[in-house]
Amino acid sequence: MRVTQGTFSFLPDFTDQQIHEQVQYCIDNGWAVSIEYTDDPHPRNTYWEMWGHPMFDNPDAAAVVYELNECRKIYGSYYIRIIAFDSSPGWESIRLSFIVNRPSEEPGFKLSRTEVKGRNIQYSITPYSSDNPQGSRYK
Amino acid sequence: MPDGDKKLDAKARYSAGVLEYKKMGYWEPDYSPKDTDVIALFRITPQDGVDPIEAAAAVAGESSTATWTVVWTDRLTACEKYRAKAYRVDPTPNNPNEYFAYIAYELDLFEPGSIANLTASIIGNVFGFKPLKALRLEDMRLPVAYVKTFQGPATGIVVERERLNCYGRPLLGATVKPKLGLSGRNYGRVVYEALKGGLDFTKDDENINSQPFMHWRDRFLYCMEAVNRASAATGEVKGTYLNVTAGTMEEMYKRAEFAKELGSVIIMIDLVIGYTAIQSMAKWARDNDMILHLHRAGHGTYTRQKTHGVSFRVIAKWMRLAGVDHIHAGTVVGKLEGDPATTKGYYDICREEKNSVSLETGVFFDQDWASLNKVMPVASGGIHAGQMHQLIHYLGEDVVLQFGGGTIGHPQGIAAGATANRVALEAMVYARNAGRDYLAEGPTILAEAAKTCTPLREALDIWKDVTFDYASTDAPDFVPTTSVS
Repeated sequence: MRVTQGTFSFLPDFTDQQIHEQVQYCIDNGWAVSIEYTDDPHPRNTYWEMWGHPMFDNPDAAAVVYELNECRKIYGSYYIRIIAFDSSPGWESIRLSFIVNRPSEEPGFKLSRTEVKGRNIQYSITPYSSDNPQGSRYK
Repeated sequence: MPDGDKKLDAKARYSAGVLEYKKMGYWEPDYSPKDTDVIALFRITPQDGVDPIEAAAAVAGESSTATWTVVWTDRLTACEKYRAKAYRVDPTPNNPNEYFAYIAYELDLFEPGSIANLTASIIGNVFGFKPLKALRLEDMRLPVAYVKTFQGPATGIVVERERLNCYGRPLLGATVKPKLGLSGRNYGRVVYEALKGGLDFTKDDENINSQPFMHWRDRFLYCMEAVNRASAATGEVKGTYLNVTAGTMEEMYKRAEFAKELGSVIIMIDLVIGYTAIQSMAKWARDNDMILHLHRAGHGTYTRQKTHGVSFRVIAKWMRLAGVDHIHAGTVVGKLEGDPATTKGYYDICREEKNSVSLETGVFFDQDWASLNKVMPVASGGIHAGQMHQLIHYLGEDVVLQFGGGTIGHPQGIAAGATANRVALEAMVYARNAGRDYLAEGPTILAEAAKTCTPLREALDIWKDVTFDYASTDAPDFVPTTSVS
């Protein structure tokens, strides 16, 4: 399966040039761009690890692409995403978030059902990979 | 000012008998509205021979303190304060029989935090008043002091996106069709296929409640099976608007509680449940971390005709106060009524921190929303993937695009229809961000994306000639003209 979180997961994976274009769009809007990575792609895993701080005063997308490739050298088998943060009043949250690196194999998620009263079912979603400890989940 | 319009002294004013409204104090051309006044703009069509100023004063009177004759008990109150004041009457640009009447209302006329109370005055008795042929409430200015007495949207656009982990693009939805007749089991199939294929949301239709062919509990259970399956299949947060509309508040709370127990992120209600019920459900939604979708069922009966009723921009303002998170606000290009400029006005009311006067989009007042959350507008009705560039151009990014037929009617099936829409959307947002002239190049951008997505190719082929090009019944009165400077 393919984890389709993020703004562009239904498009073919981006080249570095395409990533550069999207990052520059964010920078030109005044948003701070950051890089995050994880080996736990659960849909409600909000806090991926931060590859440094958001790049608040960086005018050039090339610096983000450079950092992304540095991140890939260590976490090339992880999910890596680019996030753009807008601090303007009334928003103060993320404006764009897209995956730029993913494991070569994505085993997907296990759906567990616990039957409770009244035909009700309680659901739980677990990444198959999370049976392994952090750091040894993807190749 | 003609002599007859002059203010009377107290003795003449309060002598028993009938007096023109404009002489009773409901017409004050020199009045300058206070920052704390509620202001209403009405389009009035007086009966033949009725003076428009008298008609405006009558609207002010009948929507505040007046009755048809002089009453001495006025003098037991600070009656000049409580009288609404018509202070400006303008001819409309395009129809000599219609006038715009501006009326200011003292803040103390209204109970804090009650749409029911506000509307009982502003659109109460006055709409049946005989001296008027027709009356339409075009717009309102709500003072910050009054706005702050309302909860506002339970969740708001920003927190909704954070909960859904979905940024940078419009959300995608579909209404399950056929709207009536599916069993719970069959219904959940549509939900599963559409969400797995790439939509963020599916939706109950306005009239899906609890009928012989599918009772509400059964629908909720099958829908949540579908939502969770789709979430596991994609790694995304998914939702389905479970319509909790019912005959009583008790029943709606019961259904909402069950939706919460099942882990749904969103519930829905219909506009026809009434303003008080909507406010109650918004409070429940805030208390229970639930996104609240409003389907504007019934609004066309009073919003569509330009001379009589209530403009939808006013309904949108009331619903932002009342506290819904989603509201259907038009598509521009789809099958339902919606002039592009007027629709932009509705969207601005839902999404801006402050609205500025913009006559060309039908917004007559500056409006400060005083940090009330923003409402996510929903575009639904006769839209398809081939219009993606126009939809993003007209409606922007913070909107739910709902393709019902445009998903479920896909020749390769529901999941393929959903995928076509999602690919078209992402390709268009990508192109826009990359700096392309996506509106002009829209068809090319879609054709390029379709090269690696057969479902999109098929969607573009089957719906390429579908447009709904009819004259609007509710276009703005004012059009911008090119300046000569």
